[in-house]
Amino acid sequence: MASSLDVAAVRHVARLARLKITDAEAAMFAAQLSKVLEYVEQLNEVDTRNVPPTAHTLPVSNVFREDIVRSSWTPDQALHNAPDRHDGFFRVPKVLDQESS
Amino acid sequence: MTSQDSVLGISTAVRRGDTSAEEVVGGSIDRIEALQGRYHAFLHHDRERALSLARKIDQRRAHGETIGPLSGVPMAVKDNTCTTFGATTCGSRILKSFHSRYDAHVIEQLESAGAVVIGKTNLDEFAMGSSTENSAYFTTLNPWDPRRVAGGSSGGSCAAVAARIVPAALGSDTGGSIRQPAAFCGVVGLKPSYGRVSRYGLVAFGSSLDQIGPIATDVRDVALLLSVIAGRDERDSTSVDRPVPDYLACLDRPVKGLRIGMSEEYFGEGLDREVREAVQAAISLMAAEGAEVVPIHLPHMKYGIACYYLVATAEASSNLARFDGVRYGHRTPRPNDILDLYESSRGEGFGPEVKRRIMLGTYALSSGYYDAYYLKALKVRTLIKKDFDEAFERVDVIASPVAPTTAFRVGEKSSYPLAMYLSDIYTISANLAGICAISIPCGFDAQGLPIGLQLMGPAFGEETLLAIAHQYELRTDWHTRTPEVALSGR
Repeated sequence: MASSLDVAAVRHVARLARLKITDAEAAMFAAQLSKVLEYVEQLNEVDTRNVPPTAHTLPVSNVFREDIVRSSWTPDQALHNAPDRHDGFFRVPKVLDQESS
Repeated sequence: MTSQDSVLGISTAVRRGDTSAEEVVGGSIDRIEALQGRYHAFLHHDRERALSLARKIDQRRAHGETIGPLSGVPMAVKDNTCTTFGATTCGSRILKSFHSRYDAHVIEQLESAGAVVIGKTNLDEFAMGSSTENSAYFTTLNPWDPRRVAGGSSGGSCAAVAARIVPAALGSDTGGSIRQPAAFCGVVGLKPSYGRVSRYGLVAFGSSLDQIGPIATDVRDVALLLSVIAGRDERDSTSVDRPVPDYLACLDRPVKGLRIGMSEEYFGEGLDREVREAVQAAISLMAAEGAEVVPIHLPHMKYGIACYYLVATAEASSNLARFDGVRYGHRTPRPNDILDLYESSRGEGFGPEVKRRIMLGTYALSSGYYDAYYLKALKVRTLIKKDFDEAFERVDVIASPVAPTTAFRVGEKSSYPLAMYLSDIYTISANLAGICAISIPCGFDAQGLPIGLQLMGPAFGEETLLAIAHQYELRTDWHTRTPEVALSGR
């Protein structure tokens, strides 16, 4: 485990998480997250060889239902909270630029 | 407090016709409005909707129709629970004007039983925190001492019950978010076993840990509410298909012969002396009533916080990816391109604690670190669960403190994330193991602040858990004490 995060590493993680952060935030998070990572280092004391992981505690895996058509939302209902919409769609800035499309 | 102020008291009176739902619900809303400026327990409420539902209950009764077991009971619900009335903000700027198109399963269950959900309570943003100081709106103050926090993240729900604004509320508990504020506010709060209550309509934080549970002034009311909200719901594939017992009918099981586990790991360094003494006195009382106190050992419990803050943040980073400014929630006004739309909307919409946790979780899941952090934590989780499985072969419940201290002061820990995380040390393991746990009042410190006793039971062991909590309550009067405000303003 690498038990500290510098500002560059924080910026990299923020980019992965799609979070815009200020320089002040990057510095603050670097210090705070390093402390937390240092704390979680203690897990290395635990011998986990041959221990299976537990992602959730219930003895169920896949739960299926009948594959039948049911009623669902109208486009209007689905768009109810949309910050921007156009003709029954969510509108966003152009995803691909002209040349690559 | 009179019996009229309990869930059972109100529903009995409304069904008999001794009082009307309209009168009870109206009184509760008046109290929200009178006390909001003092405690900031609510984010929003809807007077007209609540009164109209209450009148319908009164009309149905007048027409001789059967009305439900919660008839006329005004209830508050944490604002990370979707409702078709009002907003569902999760205490976040990013969802300031989000209006759900559907009601959570628990809302449907409560209201079809006759309860009236009158408002939505404050919380730490997306339930991430232990004090409600991470709410984007305001901090909920403790009705026992407004200089102190109500706890969190379900601080609004617990403060609302403590101040007797409502007789009961719902919260959600991912690492102690029902039990810790219940202890700080001197009320009863239950985290049901994972899978006992449908999470449909609960805005997800840590999907393998989150569970909705009831908060009330005594164990009987909590048992009644659990009977109403528990059960299989096909819209949550992790809600378990097993019968829902009448939890009220289970409460009379005697303490004599029950085995109470006591683990030294819960009484170590960092535990306040007065809290330790109150919890030990509670255990001694149950021993005097014939319970057998059995020493147990939970060797991996001390790794709970480290394990939790990797598992919960990993799940949160994935769950909160949906808030991207495209389909709902805050969108930055003038994005340069699609990437800027995501990054700026999220950067502007989330507060610092949520950003910290998303980044920690993203890091724990990122290429090169997944095995060392996330997978390691999942393996330690197996060992924590195994400790409990082995303990519950020997005991019926485990008794411990809920939190190392009583309610701390506003601002005391808000700049120190790790110190805040450490305050969850006694509650977190129950979520990792999927077991049930309850917080009940067991005393007061020298400053008059409530102390909570935690009882933990095996997964789906709510019947025995509630019975022993109820039997303790019958022999003590801690739960009947109220902050001064509870007696005023009626």
